[in-house]
Amino acid sequence: MTDLSACPACAAGPAAAEVARAAQRAEPARLMLSVPGAHCAACIATLEEGLARVPGVRSARVNLTLRRVAVEAEPWVTAADLIPAAARLGYQAHELDAGMLAASETDAEGRDLLMRLAVAFFAMMNVMLLSVAVWSGAEAATRDLFHWISGAIALPTVAFSGQPFFRSAWGALRQWRANMDVPISLALVLASTVSLFETVHSGRHAYFDAVVMLTFFLLGGRYLDHRTRAAARSAARELAALEVPRALRLSEGQETVVPVADLRPGDLVRVLPGARVPADGMVEEGTSEIDRSLLTGETLPAFAGRGTRLMAGEVNLTGPLTLRVTAAGRDSALSRIADLVAVAEAGRGRFRSISDRAVRFYTPFVHSAAFLTFLGWFWSTADLRLSLNTAAAVLIITCPCALGLAVPAVLTAASGRLFRAGLLVKDGTALERLAEVDTVVFDKTGTLTLGRPEPTNHAAHPQRVRELALALARGSAHPLARALAEALAAEGVRPAAVEALHEVPGHGVEATFRGQRVRFGRAAWVGAPGEAGSSTAAWLRAGDGPALRFTFADSLRPGAADLVAALTAAGREVHLLSGDAEGPVADLAARLGIARFRAGVLPEEKAAEVTRLKAAGRRVLMVGDGLNDTAALAAAHVSISPASALDAARTASDVVLIGQSLAPVAEALAVARRAVGLMRGNIVISNLYNLVAVPVAVLGHATPLAAAIAMSASSITVTLNALRLRR
Amino acid sequence: MEVLSLLIPVSLGLGGLGLLAFVWAMRTHQFDDPEGDARRILDDRWDDRPRD
Repeated sequence: MTDLSACPACAAGPAAAEVARAAQRAEPARLMLSVPGAHCAACIATLEEGLARVPGVRSARVNLTLRRVAVEAEPWVTAADLIPAAARLGYQAHELDAGMLAASETDAEGRDLLMRLAVAFFAMMNVMLLSVAVWSGAEAATRDLFHWISGAIALPTVAFSGQPFFRSAWGALRQWRANMDVPISLALVLASTVSLFETVHSGRHAYFDAVVMLTFFLLGGRYLDHRTRAAARSAARELAALEVPRALRLSEGQETVVPVADLRPGDLVRVLPGARVPADGMVEEGTSEIDRSLLTGETLPAFAGRGTRLMAGEVNLTGPLTLRVTAAGRDSALSRIADLVAVAEAGRGRFRSISDRAVRFYTPFVHSAAFLTFLGWFWSTADLRLSLNTAAAVLIITCPCALGLAVPAVLTAASGRLFRAGLLVKDGTALERLAEVDTVVFDKTGTLTLGRPEPTNHAAHPQRVRELALALARGSAHPLARALAEALAAEGVRPAAVEALHEVPGHGVEATFRGQRVRFGRAAWVGAPGEAGSSTAAWLRAGDGPALRFTFADSLRPGAADLVAALTAAGREVHLLSGDAEGPVADLAARLGIARFRAGVLPEEKAAEVTRLKAAGRRVLMVGDGLNDTAALAAAHVSISPASALDAARTASDVVLIGQSLAPVAEALAVARRAVGLMRGNIVISNLYNLVAVPVAVLGHATPLAAAIAMSASSITVTLNALRLRR
Repeated sequence: MEVLSLLIPVSLGLGGLGLLAFVWAMRTHQFDDPEGDARRILDDRWDDRPRD
């Protein structure tokens, strides 16, 4: 499937290439490819030099961090020219929409946060330098001078770097809610005010160092959090534009390229071989074969001739078709499935993440602790200044430095590790949900298998037959023919010299060999004794000789067998739900050792099955790629789809598999478990610090030095703890 | 203690210099591909002559 959708122009001949070029002419000549396989210095050199040799390419630059290549090229160069070039270099590549990426690349919010973080760091270091002098015993005028300088640095810093917290806290307060930023802002403002007051009155303690340190650590957590979410957002964005939503409309004998959204029922559209059907309709003219696997999971291509009903999203394989549109846009089958997804998503409900729960408990605790301290001290001493000072110390000590870092630091480490393994985590809470999974539901075609046929008995035929088969198979873009041609060519078979080679769309390939007519294609057309058995087959017949059978099987996705074995060994329930026929599904289930499987499942039934499992208390991970899986992906507790999946499926899933192998899924589950363990551990650590520090602060024994030590020690501990996930 | 009047501005100035260097680095996109830049050191394509 991948090759078909990734490179429509190559399969479709000159007419389609021309159309694609015409459509692209207005676009900028900056192309962006995702290259998940790039990982080393040699990869950079190979890709940059190899792509630069493609005609029309001016320069190529690899970004190894994002696993992307940016290509500057002449306006007529398209991704369809570059992807095969990358494949020849040994790298699987997908096109990304450069226009959409430009927006995420600049990432204004991230740069803004980083700038504030840098200012806070600068202030923290300088104030700390001065504070050390005060802590080691500077007295009288020297101490006051140092406090004044510290204040002069700290107050503008807090005003600048603290803005993200103030804004968020103000937004929450206006709606009469309290979030984590309310105690943070209160601590910053109160501590700054108290310190300024103390400085003016030559007091002994000022908390300027604590204020800037607090700002720095919390901004650090905020920045990590932002980076994880920005990565998720841009991942969703870059996947959004894999398919070009255009159609070829026929009006008065003229072909025009129009957006799919402009199609109306009654329009005539032309669907070239290798292209996706843009709208539901009825075939008016032409014969071909149709690949329905993404919609239904069927692996066998279906015949399409005059009067055949087609659905949007199917792929036309061999001959050009003219289609009378019956339903377009919102009314098409594709959109009806999208509606199913919306219903399923509404049923998923909101997941309460670990940090949500921690904050809910934490905020009221901090506020009441500080307020009670103030009341207690004021009641016993009637000294407003002392009471405020102590309350400020409590707020600073309990301030959630560690808590603010505890979860983002782990999430960043985990998603970075999964990215290197070839997984894009699109949703922040996906890791937590992955850790709870106890049941895994797989789709068959395109998920456990590649949705790509592989010849199984070509080696059994005599050499002469294989030469002839290769000669004919090379004449067609049909997936079976291509698979056979590739396999035979890889074995060093030389094609026989045939003449008058031509394709009969919807039937097969025909040629003349030594004066005899030779046909390769469907059983009935070749004159073979009917389709026998459940397996996919193509037939070869020379003249009046016997028809020879070439059988095919869908090839297993790399890593699928190991993944299923690992899941079963780990005690997780594995299910297989497929829209394909009973035979191939049972075959595959037996091959992989999956006991629970169902064949011929409709899209609604898939979602219903997932919902039923959920109702039975199971946490379901759905892995699927087709439109028929989309509703189930949205209904599941957490979902994964491969990069070759349809847009709708990738949008509905939480994690996208970039490479071809399924093996990273097992790693994702393991990393998710460890990550959740570390998050919990981190929260416990930061609470332990509070448990020790709060009584000290409430009793009025907390000095700025103690606050600084507690704060930095707890923040550094949780960060180091999170970094353990990297190995 | 008079040396403080010199040392404090010097330490602030050095810190400020570091801050400015960081701002410059960020504005000129030096942090866009840290992993790639680390690997490019091993690239021998332009060892004998600079890239044009």
